[in-house]
Amino acid sequence: MTRKFLNRRSFMGSTLAAGGLASLATPNLLRAQSDRSLKVGTYGGYFQDSFNEHIFPDFTAATGIAVESIGEPTGEAWLVQLMTAARANQAPADVSMMAQVARIKGERAKLWAPLDEAALPNAANLPDHFVHRYEDGSINGLGAVAWYITLVTNTDVYAQEPSSWKALWDPANEDKLGLLALATNSFLLEITAETWFDGTEILDTEEGILEVMNKLAEVKPNVRLWYRDEGQFQQALETGEIPMGQYYHDVTGLAAADGKPVRSTFPAEGGVLDSGSWCVSKASDKVAEAQEFMNYMCQPEIQAKLSRFVGTAPTVRRDLTDLTDEEYGAVASSIDPILPRYDVYSEREDWLNQKWSELVVG
Amino acid sequence: MSGVADRLRDNGVAVYPTAMLLVFFLIPFLIMFAVSFFSRDEGAFFTPAFDLANYARFLSPFFFKVLVTSLGLSAAAAVISVGVAVPFTYFVTRMGAGAQSVILVFLLSVLSLSEVIIGFAWSTLLSQTAGIGNLLAALGILESSRSFTPSLGALLLGLCYLGFPYAVLVIYPALSRLDPELPEAARMLGASPIRSFFNIVVPMLRNTITGALILVFVFTLGAYLLPQVLGRPQHWTLSVHITDQAIFQSNLPFAAAMAIFLMLVSLAMVGLSSLLGQKRM
Repeated sequence: MTRKFLNRRSFMGSTLAAGGLASLATPNLLRAQSDRSLKVGTYGGYFQDSFNEHIFPDFTAATGIAVESIGEPTGEAWLVQLMTAARANQAPADVSMMAQVARIKGERAKLWAPLDEAALPNAANLPDHFVHRYEDGSINGLGAVAWYITLVTNTDVYAQEPSSWKALWDPANEDKLGLLALATNSFLLEITAETWFDGTEILDTEEGILEVMNKLAEVKPNVRLWYRDEGQFQQALETGEIPMGQYYHDVTGLAAADGKPVRSTFPAEGGVLDSGSWCVSKASDKVAEAQEFMNYMCQPEIQAKLSRFVGTAPTVRRDLTDLTDEEYGAVASSIDPILPRYDVYSEREDWLNQKWSELVVG
Repeated sequence: MSGVADRLRDNGVAVYPTAMLLVFFLIPFLIMFAVSFFSRDEGAFFTPAFDLANYARFLSPFFFKVLVTSLGLSAAAAVISVGVAVPFTYFVTRMGAGAQSVILVFLLSVLSLSEVIIGFAWSTLLSQTAGIGNLLAALGILESSRSFTPSLGALLLGLCYLGFPYAVLVIYPALSRLDPELPEAARMLGASPIRSFFNIVVPMLRNTITGALILVFVFTLGAYLLPQVLGRPQHWTLSVHITDQAIFQSNLPFAAAMAIFLMLVSLAMVGLSSLLGQKRM
């Protein structure tokens, strides 16, 4: 793992559109002897660089399939491009790494090519929540990379490590928290539901969501910063200006390894496991190659390599990998994760965002 | 014949900027205007339609409050910036040419700072760990260092920092052209410096001051980063909500509708204030 990881999500958040365009203009074609090739879309910037360096050359060597690496913007801009292109029967990338809400939207629009399970034997390495299926049971996507959002604290200000997400509600922490500003990237509804309502099932109904929001509203006096940009919070956390909050486990670990007085805690209720998945555009005529690529990526040793070099949590079960406790601890935890309810966000998007704004602003 | 050619040549000069304005301003604006009526497909994108739902959603107590907050913040920033800029510029115009250019170049260089840099710089300057709180504590003014951000004051400070150079640059030409004999005559007739400033200088600058107010008002209305960095959620302006809708929730129709509404409201405010300015003349 390298310090460059710090750039990953801030890049994803802000400059990605530009970076994605720049890399689209100069696609990085890894040459192979055969004429089999595949266009693979990954988040531009750090992710793309890491894949170009650590993953694609070995894949080409192993399969003879040349990879054209495409930098894609995060959020839904890439989905829009894939969708528009598919209408013209074009595929700007054959296989793309998709964020979950965008993946679900694509699934609803039947944008993803149904895949042949027999060609994906390694999909069996993945837990069910990383194997995405259409209603008829056919696979339309597989978990690519994952990362955790955890409870973070400044060690100078909090000598005692908190053990539960309940710390966010503690009146002693007035004006001390930094939380993500949006429902769809903070997953605070899931955290609240898991912490106070025995699980995220309560988010199935609008009444349930409102009940959770009311509980979440109690943290407002404790929140000093609702951040959209990661850089904004990380610096404040490191200086102790805002000594507690939610943040990315891997990046916090890197900052701590760098000597910064910060720690990442997996609370008893679990960290939030967010992820990206591989999906194949239905306009692609390279489904066979795409399946070969996805199958390759679901090997435990490749997932372990991603954990070591890119800093992502493995999407395959831990016991299949050869990651040491220390390596695994740097990217994940054995505590059951809180799984985001992406289905709720894609079903009640506008209603939920409106209620969320009213909750945070009101 | 040569008259026609001359006219063509003269007008030809204007073709290029007109075309640029059309291509890069008017067409994108019309696209945005059209998108604001498109229908939003939840869980997907939008489809072309004539749908007033986006405007209807905006007409709610929540967004009305946000709109009032935005207008109030920008108006306050405009009044403070111009209020400080008028006497400031007056003193600058009384200085020597060398000092004047140093100050103006400094102000121009402030314009090169982006909203991002201004926001983060002020949030550091006003922080507990690295900010002026430490200085005040060291001087014994505060018992211990404290943070001054996020707060309404911090946000207004940032907005004024953003708007002040524009106010000065609008007021400077008018003030430097002002005949110094007029305030001097007032002084000779027995008016105090302050009285001559308010009774002679300020009224003569009415149009300029109105222009500066409008400029700073409209300019700060577009600020979407300062409210996030220096303000609390209740200070998030309409621009912040437009950004959220457009970038994070990919609800372009609603974002476009809010942007059009904000533009109409600010145009109305500008029209109203210039009308008032004219009447008093």
